[in-house]
Amino acid sequence: MNEEKVGVYVCHCGTNIAKVVDVVDVATWAGEQPNVEVAREYKFMCSSLGQELIEQDIKEKGLTRVVVASCSPHMHEKTFRGACERAGLNPFLFEMANIREHDSWITDDKVAATQKAKSLTNAAIARVVHHQPLEPIPVEINPNTLIVGGGIAGITAALELADAGNHVYLVEREPSIGGHMAQLDKTFPTLDCSACILTPKMVDVGQHANITLLTWSEVEELDGYLGNFTATVRKKARYVNEEVCTGCGICIEKCPAKVLDEVFEVGMGTRKVIYRPFPQAVPKYPVIDKENCIYFLRGKCKACELFCPTEPNSIDFTQKDEILKLQVGNIILATGYDLFDVKRIPQYGYGRLKNVFTSLEFERMVNASGPTDGKIVLRDGKTPPASVAIVHCVGSRDENYHKYCSKICCMYSLKFAHLVHERIPDAEVYNCYIDMRTPGKGYEEFYHRLLEEGTNFIRGKVAEITDAPRIPAEEGKLVVQVEDTLIGRQRRVPVDMVILSPAMEAKPDSKEVSQLFKMGCDFDGFFTERHPKLDPVATMTEGIYIAGACQGPKDVPESVVQGAAAAARVAGLINRGTVMMEPVRANIDQDKCSGCRICNNMCPYNAIVFHEDRHVSEVITALCQGCGTCVAACPSGIITGAHFTNDQVFSEIEGILWDVRPEKVLA
Amino acid sequence: MSDKPKLAMYWSASCGGCEISVLNIHEHILTVDEVFDVAFFPCIADFKVHHVESYPDGYIDVCLWNGAVRNSEGEHMAHLLRQKSKFMVAYGSCAYEGCIPALSNLTSKEATFNTVYFDNPSIDNPNKVLPTESVQVTEGELTLPTFWNTVKSLDQVIDVDYYLPGCPPEPPQIWAVLQVIVGALLEGKPLPPKGSLVGHSGVAVCEECPLEKSEKTITKFFRPYEIVPEPGVCLLEQGIVCNGPATVGGCGALCPQVGMGCRGCYGPLPGVEDQGGKMLSAIASVIGAGEAGMDEHEIERQIEAVVDTIVDPAGTFYRFSMAHSLLERAKVNGKGE
Ligand SMILES: Cc1cc2nc3c(=O)[nH]c(=O)nc-3n(C[C@H](O)[C@H](O)[C@H](O)COP(=O)(O)OP(=O)(O)OC[C@H]3O[C@@H](n4cnc5c(N)ncnc54)[C@H](O)[C@@H]3O)c2cc1C
Ligand code: SF4
Ligand code: SF4
Ligand code: SF4
Repeated sequence: MNEEKVGVYVCHCGTNIAKVVDVVDVATWAGEQPNVEVAREYKFMCSSLGQELIEQDIKEKGLTRVVVASCSPHMHEKTFRGACERAGLNPFLFEMANIREHDSWITDDKVAATQKAKSLTNAAIARVVHHQPLEPIPVEINPNTLIVGGGIAGITAALELADAGNHVYLVEREPSIGGHMAQLDKTFPTLDCSACILTPKMVDVGQHANITLLTWSEVEELDGYLGNFTATVRKKARYVNEEVCTGCGICIEKCPAKVLDEVFEVGMGTRKVIYRPFPQAVPKYPVIDKENCIYFLRGKCKACELFCPTEPNSIDFTQKDEILKLQVGNIILATGYDLFDVKRIPQYGYGRLKNVFTSLEFERMVNASGPTDGKIVLRDGKTPPASVAIVHCVGSRDENYHKYCSKICCMYSLKFAHLVHERIPDAEVYNCYIDMRTPGKGYEEFYHRLLEEGTNFIRGKVAEITDAPRIPAEEGKLVVQVEDTLIGRQRRVPVDMVILSPAMEAKPDSKEVSQLFKMGCDFDGFFTERHPKLDPVATMTEGIYIAGACQGPKDVPESVVQGAAAAARVAGLINRGTVMMEPVRANIDQDKCSGCRICNNMCPYNAIVFHEDRHVSEVITALCQGCGTCVAACPSGIITGAHFTNDQVFSEIEGILWDVRPEKVLA
Repeated sequence: MSDKPKLAMYWSASCGGCEISVLNIHEHILTVDEVFDVAFFPCIADFKVHHVESYPDGYIDVCLWNGAVRNSEGEHMAHLLRQKSKFMVAYGSCAYEGCIPALSNLTSKEATFNTVYFDNPSIDNPNKVLPTESVQVTEGELTLPTFWNTVKSLDQVIDVDYYLPGCPPEPPQIWAVLQVIVGALLEGKPLPPKGSLVGHSGVAVCEECPLEKSEKTITKFFRPYEIVPEPGVCLLEQGIVCNGPATVGGCGALCPQVGMGCRGCYGPLPGVEDQGGKMLSAIASVIGAGEAGMDEHEIERQIEAVVDTIVDPAGTFYRFSMAHSLLERAKVNGKGE
């Protein structure tokens, strides 16, 4: 080991590192460490000049190992591995020490930071001499793509890929695609009719030769890895035969059972038990809600079957859930969002005060095809309100619920104000907001339009909504108690109707979904992107992409951008056909495995097989993702993780502890 | 003495079983006697330390040292015998890894003394007398060695040439190792590289264990008296802690074959730094608790409930290897020495 010649490069990162870490001292010190042939510091190691330094030293000084002490490997490991490779050194004979995110960015203490930079650099030097050259593993990309979630983000991604000639499986949980956008009336700031711009896209998806649409379906299992995933999808029984159903809707008309529609109409309207969530639903085939179907409950009825005009009859009460195995190369998750449960803020009275509405309820109400045919009325279904208060930030920007800003509520709250003015010209409209957030093309202009339309803007967080009057004018009204911070006074605003604009939240099952797809979600449940700025639609798991509101609050244009971006990323991989994967894989020493079988059910990628004949376990290299689980589990220590061998890891620990523990960790 | 190769065996913190194990190699002991001159072996022959001191350096060809080093006398003798011996063999688990004596590294010297001299039920010590290192009697000063806080393996005190694992080592392995040494001394045959672990199979005990192994999910651990193991089935799968998978074989898997989980006395496989840590990690990997999508705290609670059924985890997983493990010892009252 001692013959290795290590080159060490300490980066200033402009002043990002150099303002706290004495980079010259670190480089000089590194130059004195065992095996180090040359140590330099440089302003920007990632620049072409910085990389050329490395290349030159490899060629001229015969370096056999390279260490760069700079930023996170997420940033530039690839960059520097590339430099090594160009100079003819195997890229895995390189190691990076993170003295920025792990050091200069977390302290102002120059002495401590410089000391830590030495420790981290020393760890990398100690480790790199144990590195072994590794060769990347080629993986073929299956050209089919799975998209989960048929909201506008998923629809966009599906059409982009399909139009480019690639096959897409679009899996949607509900009976129709469309997502939240299908529930909206008009969309800010241009006020185009949501359905008018959405339905043509939905129809395209439904008819596209390259799209297999699986609605009323869910992914239950996922195996495999980039390029070669197998997804197990449950296609729930619709009790309607899609092969013969023409979507005429007679069955819906004839079905005698009606229930409250809690999903699409958010409890504002009813639907039949055999139903389509909305008239423009794609696909057009209805679905029987088994829980409420009279036939399933009592064994009698079958009105739908009786009236179905197709031959053979489309209704099939014996239909079973189907389990499909889909082979795909990439996956895009576009599972969208949910709204904050406004009942969690009891002082706003939702559920108790009947004329307090949620934003989605209002969207349905103003929608021409909604439960009130587009009329804005109180819960009694007939009285138009003379005054409406719209409460922004319900559950957003609130320490008790969600600290984040939901980003879209200011805009749709303004849209609501406009719609009230439009439909009930005499009505007074109050928007209670904390800050007006309208960044976006044409958004601020929309706000100004509302200022001119005569909306009353009250800057303050609503404390309470009550029906207890204090003065005769409050009698029979909902009173919005709010501090108007612009005039510095508490106000009590009596209105007929209150609309709450709840926070956009991650789906309640987002954690399970993230586990199923083996990628991360943040504390709030939104899926985590690979890099918040530079890689917003990729995830830490190769081959899994995210788009739309499942990644964080987003409006329609942004969801569309992400859908298209994710599709472009996938299309790029499909085009390449083969990708080279990191050779960081586990390997079981076949001579030393005792066949104890501890590791056998450990692998999250099912990459371990047990050979009954030889009584040994083996890792299938192509399936292994190098996660290291089995390496940790094998009590005999005979599973080796390439690039994470015991020698490498222990030397790294020894290296990092050079100043606190002079003796060797290993005996 | 003749010009036969010289053999020594000395003990420090140990039970004496290792000495017996050498004598327990049956008729081969006669060969040993034939081949070697005994130069120092207090258990079987009357030698004094001054005899050893009088030998020239390197006079002893092979010294089998058994026992951990836990006081100044052990340390002195280790240095002395190292100086006088060509090959120093850490014989048995105590010398190799610290073994049972090193479990006291989990506590302090004071606590050990309290147990031994005051608290044990069989102790009657009304005047609270403790051994002292020096006492004046009419004949002069009597001394005792200094008792350390930390028990060390032999190689933490002196340079060791070979390690022979086991508590105690099994006769066939002892004999095999002696044959190699004799071959080297008499016929110039090659020796294994210095620092090697000798006298083992190189593969975990499970390889030698005939019990049927399957995929494992453990939901409860049992102490041996709490369960009658199902015959023919891997004990670990039945919830009996068996260190077999973390322990290098060579013993013939004697314990699991009679329904007793492997205690781990042969120590880890070569290349593994911490047998206890490895076994813990393996056990953690096969605990059956929780299910996908369950609340994290609930999963944690369920895992804890299973882990809690392991009585004395430190003593179970580090029974033999404490001194030589990455832990070496526990910090007691903030002190790690
Ligand atoms: C009241 C209100 C008004 C709004 N007004 C506007 C506006 O005027 N203009 C604007 O730009 N934006 C508006 N928005 C925001 C807009 O709704 C979102 O930006 C957009 O719907 C996000 O699209 P998406 O595809 O990411 O998610 P979604 O629309 O939520 O779609 C997600 C889809 O995935 C499906 N799904 C979820 N989980 C799974 C799973 N595990 N398996 C299969 N399928 C799954 C869901 O059923 C759904 O169909 C408004 C939002 C609200 C609440
Ligand atoms: S290598 Fe990293 S630390 Fe150095 S300049 Fe580039 S980004 Fe900054
Ligand atoms: S855990 Fe290790 S020894 Fe046991 S079967 Fe797996 S690889 Fe073999
Ligand atoms: S009983 Fe012990 S030694 Fe035998 S197979 Fe099971 S774990 Fe291994």
